[in-house]
Amino acid sequence: MKITRKEVGHVSKLARLALEEEEIEQFTRQLSDILTYVEKLNELDTRNVEPTSHVLPVKNVLREDEVSGSVERGKALMNAPDRTEEFFRVPKVIE
Amino acid sequence: MIGLEIHAQLLTKSKIFCGCSTKFGASANTQTCPVCLGLPGVLPVLNKEAVNFAIMMALATHSRIEPRCRFARKNYFYPDLPKGYQISQYEQPLATGGQIEIDVNGDIKRISLTRIHMEEDAGKSIHVGTEDSSLVDLNRAGVPLIEIVSEPDMRMPEEAVEYLKRLREVLRYLEICDGNMEEGSFRCDANVSVRLVGETRLGTKAEVKNMNSFRFVQKALEYEITRQIDLLEGGGKVVQETRLWDTGRGITVSMRSKEEAHDYRYFPEPDLVPLEVSIEWQEEIRKRLPELPDEKRDRFIREYEIPEYDARVLTSSKVLAGFFEECILEYRKPKVISNWIMGDLLRQLKLSGVDVDESPLKPFQLSKMIRMIDDGIISGKIAKTVFEEMYKTGKDPEGIVKEKGLVQIKDESEIEDYVERVIKENPTEAEAYRGGKERLLGFFVGQVMKLSGGKANPAVVNEMLKKKLS
Repeated sequence: MKITRKEVGHVSKLARLALEEEEIEQFTRQLSDILTYVEKLNELDTRNVEPTSHVLPVKNVLREDEVSGSVERGKALMNAPDRTEEFFRVPKVIE
Repeated sequence: MIGLEIHAQLLTKSKIFCGCSTKFGASANTQTCPVCLGLPGVLPVLNKEAVNFAIMMALATHSRIEPRCRFARKNYFYPDLPKGYQISQYEQPLATGGQIEIDVNGDIKRISLTRIHMEEDAGKSIHVGTEDSSLVDLNRAGVPLIEIVSEPDMRMPEEAVEYLKRLREVLRYLEICDGNMEEGSFRCDANVSVRLVGETRLGTKAEVKNMNSFRFVQKALEYEITRQIDLLEGGGKVVQETRLWDTGRGITVSMRSKEEAHDYRYFPEPDLVPLEVSIEWQEEIRKRLPELPDEKRDRFIREYEIPEYDARVLTSSKVLAGFFEECILEYRKPKVISNWIMGDLLRQLKLSGVDVDESPLKPFQLSKMIRMIDDGIISGKIAKTVFEEMYKTGKDPEGIVKEKGLVQIKDESEIEDYVERVIKENPTEAEAYRGGKERLLGFFVGQVMKLSGGKANPAVVNEMLKKKLS
């Protein structure tokens, strides 16, 4: 196994996913399979290849600092599960 | 050992990845769009001016601008972070290895900067009363920030505060951040650890947040250092954690809720292409750099021959330095002008709680008044009154002097009257003076000045007293 049940539990917690025991089992197996498959890439010698974060040879895509307007508040809040007149409302965040 | 992470909001007109306004104080959730709301299918586009500002700070702190940098996603869940990740920079920041010089009571020390990187700000959570909900305003989400990370080079809270002040000064000189700690446009987190004398490894650190004034930074760091020392000396261990400064109680409190979230799973932001800052681009920005605090300070010392202390105070803000130089243009008496600014002006400004740029007293008025002293029209003592009056009313010194009849008496016969009266009224002192108690001259000068309502020319009074008493 490339990945442990514990790691899957940790990652699912970070992703706020509530997984059942058998799901953890299933994902551990599937993720391991994926990692094993991808590991094939390690057979290539990439010592002289720069890590690729983008496949397109494009750089410095920039915009001028101009205000182009926002959406009205009503629209911004439209998809919120809960809201007040002006704000998004979320379960209390306690620090 | 203290290392600081500073977040400075950049004064661009629009957000870092979209065209929403960054104006402070707008009605909640009126400055958002699909990009900064994190709606599906949108693409961020980097604001060029935000990059320019970040380059300015990098150049001003002698940092090395990396030829190629890129953005990364920092993943965590928090209600004020609409996308579930913050676009930041991780492995390849914009700049590395800068430095800032600080001066703590005359000790000059260099603080190294680990890095400067760009990122977006999060929104604002508002916690209301006892309700079981929080409110979120996303106007701030996507406002450009630079994060400036220092090495753990500071040993005392005073050094940390001085470093913060210097950094803020540079940001304000560059006019890329307003540096307002209360409003949160200049924020500071501190990494604090302690170690035994002689130990070379760093101790376990705690991160302290929520210090929104220089005074709180000082207090929070003092508290945290003592807390860690007490903990270790009591046989305990410092836990790596985030702690919040609680202003009301004057302590730092553990913030357990964030512990697990420290696994941010950074990865390159696929929606943004790499950024390459060419030498030409850097040079173009270098031309935009104003004279920086250190350079201005050195020039003041060289050009105006004022003491280093004066130069430091005067260059502590760009506006104050400007005020000083405007005075000089009017009347080239640097040291005298510096004295009036550092003493009377700064005191009055502090009393009325306004900044130099809002001073009711204008530079040319101060210079005119100083010229009047030098021309013998008013005495230094009267000038204090004139100064206060100018500050209160904004009127020119000539007007005030005329209006209040403050013109210095140079008429020798009038002064002679006062001198003779004072000698006559104080025969014992006069006798003592003649008997060799020359220190009493000051007493006589004081009496004459009092009698003349402060208007007699002190030099004339001095001369005449010496003559009459001999």
